[in-house]
Amino acid sequence: MPRVPLTWLAEHVELPADLTAEQLAADLVRVGLEEEAIHTSGVTGPLVVGQVLELTPEPQKNGKTINWCRVDVGAHNDLDEAGDPTVPRGIVCGAHNFGVGDRVVVALPGAVLPGPFPIAARKTYGHVSDGMICSARELGLGEDHAGIIVLARLGYGEDVTAPGTDALRLLGLADEVLEINVTPDRGYCFSMRGVAREYAHSTGARFTDAGLPSDDQLREQPAGFAVEIDDDGGIHGVPGCDRFVAQVVRGVAASGPSPAWMQRRLTQAGMRPISLAVDVTNYVMLDLGQPMHAYDLGSLTAPVVVRRARPGERATTLDDVERALDPQDLLVTDSSGGRAARVLGIAGVMGGADSEVGGTTTDLLLEAAHFDPVTVARSSRRHRLTSEASKRFERGVDPLLPRVAVARAAALLVEHGGGTVDDTLTDVDRTSVRAPVAFDPAQPARLVGVPYTHDEVRATLTEIGCRVDDSAGTWQVHVPSWRPDLAAGVDLVEEVARLRGYDAIPSIVPPAPVGRGLTRGQRVRRAVADTLASGGLVEVLSYPFVGTDQLDALGLPADDPRRHAVRLVNPLTDGQPLMRTDLLVTLLDTVRRNVARGTVDVGLYELGLVTLPDPAAAPAPRLPGGARPGDEQLAALERAVPAQPLHVAGVVAGLVEPAGRGRPGRRADVEDALAHVRRVLQVVGVQASVTADRERAPFHPGRCARLTAPSGALLGHAGELHPQVVAALDLPARTVAFELDLTAVLSAAPLDPVTAVPVSTFPVAKEDVALVVADDVPAADVLAAVRAGAAAGPAGDVLEDVRLFDVYTGDQVGPGRKSLAFALRLRAGDRTLTAADTAAVRDAVVAEAHARVGATLRA
Amino acid sequence: MTSATPLSPLDAAGVAAAVDAALAAVGAAGDLDALKSARLAHTGDASALALANRAIGALPGPDKAVAGKLVGQARGRVNAAVAARTAQLEAERDARVLVEESVDVTLPADGLPLGARHPLSTLSERIADVFVAMGWEIAEGPELEAEWFNFDALNFGVDHPARQMQDTFFVAPQDATVPDDASGLVLRTHTSPVQARTLLERGVPVYIACPGKVFRTDALDATHTPVFHQVEGLAIDEGLTMAHLKGTLDHFARAMFGPEARTRLRPSFFPFTEPSAEMDLWFPQKKGGPGWIEWGGCGMVNPHVLRACGVDPDVYSGYAFGMGIERTLMLRHGIADMRDMVEGDVRFSQQFRTVI
Repeated sequence: MPRVPLTWLAEHVELPADLTAEQLAADLVRVGLEEEAIHTSGVTGPLVVGQVLELTPEPQKNGKTINWCRVDVGAHNDLDEAGDPTVPRGIVCGAHNFGVGDRVVVALPGAVLPGPFPIAARKTYGHVSDGMICSARELGLGEDHAGIIVLARLGYGEDVTAPGTDALRLLGLADEVLEINVTPDRGYCFSMRGVAREYAHSTGARFTDAGLPSDDQLREQPAGFAVEIDDDGGIHGVPGCDRFVAQVVRGVAASGPSPAWMQRRLTQAGMRPISLAVDVTNYVMLDLGQPMHAYDLGSLTAPVVVRRARPGERATTLDDVERALDPQDLLVTDSSGGRAARVLGIAGVMGGADSEVGGTTTDLLLEAAHFDPVTVARSSRRHRLTSEASKRFERGVDPLLPRVAVARAAALLVEHGGGTVDDTLTDVDRTSVRAPVAFDPAQPARLVGVPYTHDEVRATLTEIGCRVDDSAGTWQVHVPSWRPDLAAGVDLVEEVARLRGYDAIPSIVPPAPVGRGLTRGQRVRRAVADTLASGGLVEVLSYPFVGTDQLDALGLPADDPRRHAVRLVNPLTDGQPLMRTDLLVTLLDTVRRNVARGTVDVGLYELGLVTLPDPAAAPAPRLPGGARPGDEQLAALERAVPAQPLHVAGVVAGLVEPAGRGRPGRRADVEDALAHVRRVLQVVGVQASVTADRERAPFHPGRCARLTAPSGALLGHAGELHPQVVAALDLPARTVAFELDLTAVLSAAPLDPVTAVPVSTFPVAKEDVALVVADDVPAADVLAAVRAGAAAGPAGDVLEDVRLFDVYTGDQVGPGRKSLAFALRLRAGDRTLTAADTAAVRDAVVAEAHARVGATLRA
Repeated sequence: MTSATPLSPLDAAGVAAAVDAALAAVGAAGDLDALKSARLAHTGDASALALANRAIGALPGPDKAVAGKLVGQARGRVNAAVAARTAQLEAERDARVLVEESVDVTLPADGLPLGARHPLSTLSERIADVFVAMGWEIAEGPELEAEWFNFDALNFGVDHPARQMQDTFFVAPQDATVPDDASGLVLRTHTSPVQARTLLERGVPVYIACPGKVFRTDALDATHTPVFHQVEGLAIDEGLTMAHLKGTLDHFARAMFGPEARTRLRPSFFPFTEPSAEMDLWFPQKKGGPGWIEWGGCGMVNPHVLRACGVDPDVYSGYAFGMGIERTLMLRHGIADMRDMVEGDVRFSQQFRTVI
């Protein structure tokens, strides 16, 4: 994101002398430019200019030669006997690229260089070195470590480098740099020009727009180097390039260094100084926002052609990567080897190696063009290549800038590198004037809730560069060329609200609408979650990402439908590319983490969506925004989105009742898992039937219950985990678990309100019945028979409650048999039951149980 | 008390002596067993008073009345004394038993541990309650979503730069023979698609809050998680303005952070709103002193979005806002590390058994 050196910004807008980066950030955030960071050089003083008075080379035993120097640092010299600073400082320096008389940069004791590297007087090579003569790298000014800074070589005249001068200020090391975050709609703020305008909006400071074409830049000029644009179709019907300005500058010391101030600013803005030609184009880009390119004129063959890549075409970009081009890539080419045959670069993204400015280049062709944001964005994305140019073009560059930028760059080149600007200029201009925005001046007040007057609205729009034409009665707003984001009335509303200040907006709670409260599903979900928590389980929220190895660990058979999962194109980890199809797979992972952290007795549950893709589903149609799709299109979207039912799962591992104080402790077992399930089903109001399921991974084949709705719909499973799963996942032995499809449970629940049965106040009659059955008869079947028998008895349905209170196997019932003892609570609503009534119920129960499961009354 | 000479029922002095002896024995009984012995000795069948009583029947008429009165009163006094002493000794015994039955009530009572909701769930429900109390409804949608709902309907065009700001998980198509990006499905990057769905399903006016899980391709660290929760609000009606947005946010902030809380809007950009704003929260409990902290984004719903959902922007306007529930929870409860919220360690959730 753009970095704004305060001293640079001050060239575009009046800044208070004492403005800090912090205050600038506060001013800019009001208009929507957020602070990202404040950068400083990392150098603190005293850092001063010194003039080398004496230099004595002293060869050392280690083979190195050091220079023992006497340096005049002005007011910072040592004091003479009279107390005046006339005694130059003695400094040891290992570099040899300077001599007597040179003005250099001296860090005096007390200074701190980036690192941090504090400077102190120290004894070295037999001298006390009273400071350090600095290189560019030591000051964080560049990579040049070869030698120390000689100020004259950087273009600093003797008039500004008197010994003792504060070098922090001289080199810009005292500058603060504000890095800002620019939202995608404000591409123009990727320039000092744009940020300065926003600062003026925020504070009312005087702003001079350096990006407006001068009269000279609007005049017709004879055409220069031939440039052609071969791109009529474009993407979304927008041509890739609608403006291309080219200017020849000759006789420039193009590969020499740029002036020190320019290098400093580029460095502060986060770019590396390279050569005059490159630095000037970058500087103008940072200053005005127009990306530019400088070609070695001698290496070009006319015409330069802007065109799309051909199928199979390849090119090597400046970063030495050979890239396979896509027919949507827009290229700048020249005609070396045939018209448009040689690729000079990917338009707006990165130049190529062939036409780079080299050591001997003196004649340049400057390019400033306007490329389509979509074309540039796609190429940048496709080649994973983000450049300073692409960042700007993607967000939209002012199409009126190219000539201003070219003129500015040419002037800077001539000023600092000599040479002349050709009198010809190429300007292929296919831009068109944007249609004005029809605007209702009452809209800002209506949408923002602040009674802006029409005059205020007009003044604000004018301030941002709009021209308001109300000659025809309605407002036609001509938006400025640097604001491609202003396309509709609401965009102008935001400008009014923003510049007039968001803090002017009052706070009004809207009148309450008529709401219906939570839906049934929402209430059920809360009740289920609360029930499980009150049952001792702890809720967790695990990530839904899984890998096939996790499904393997659960022992899912190869054809298990749960293996058919949605796959992510770009998963967070390659090992977990799938979306879970049940919750236990991720929940068990969480159990493991808890056990590994020492919580070995643990009960967890989770409510979450699982994703069940339909293998036959067609892709979701690609539809445009901005208009309501047709009903059939909406239906197609719905069909493409996989089913995502809400599941609830729980795991209980280790002890559910702690051991100690005379109690043995109790390990979780299947009944605990089922108890949680029963409570959930009770809360939702579903009568589920329980059957044994011998084939449901990850459960123990002999200890797994399957729960089904009265309709037969599967609701879920509960049981003990398969010992192999327990071993594979390193879980506590006998860990139990359950998982329910809550969406299915909810749809199995009756929608009607519970119908109340009157509470009978007649006395209860208790009757115990012990039934002997074969030992493979499920208890649930016997219980069902007991219920049915009681209901069918001559006394009517007087069974209030029935509880299985004993299961007996042994000699008294014989081998292969078991006795199930039930306690029946009987009560009628209208009378006291007689002994004959209860006997009749018992007989009916026994008869029904005999008929259903071959039961006999235990003797 | 037995004696060689049976007590005469007319022997007033003898009867008095027997009563005195009985009262002395009853009074001396130190526990209920001793009292029982004393009672049997002095009122039992073989006792002097019982024998005297039995002898009354053989007395001549006038004597009978005198003796009856004398012995009856004597027996009455003794019985009353026994009853009183019994009550006293029983009370003493009961009091002693209660002391003896004492247990150490400070022993830890951890037999039936309470589980715990995850605080993100609890907070989501609390947030929902705030909006329900305002008359809003709670809307939900799928987490794996069609790109159209996640992006296009919300004015993120295919080439919109903001579409690249989102670090999106893309879903591979079912048909392995087509390119990876052909499914048109993503893990939703925000809960905003629920707004589009609700507008299409219910029409306007609508006032909804949408809490839910969202996904971005950030690796898990102290401040990022690829799976997190947002709550978004959407109000579309005739005549709604940014002032109503501000009012809703201020109310919500106070409900979450107390009466001192308030919000501040800063200009920003979101494709689905225009004007758009970042929302800061005045947070009195901020570490290092009260101050503003970033809480979420908001704005007036962009007419493009309304049109995509079949709503006429010339008649209806409205606002939308969204904030992270994790962030809200971290702010409210001083949670420093995002990982604590996502790793599922029971020790984290157990801190939030209390109503939050």
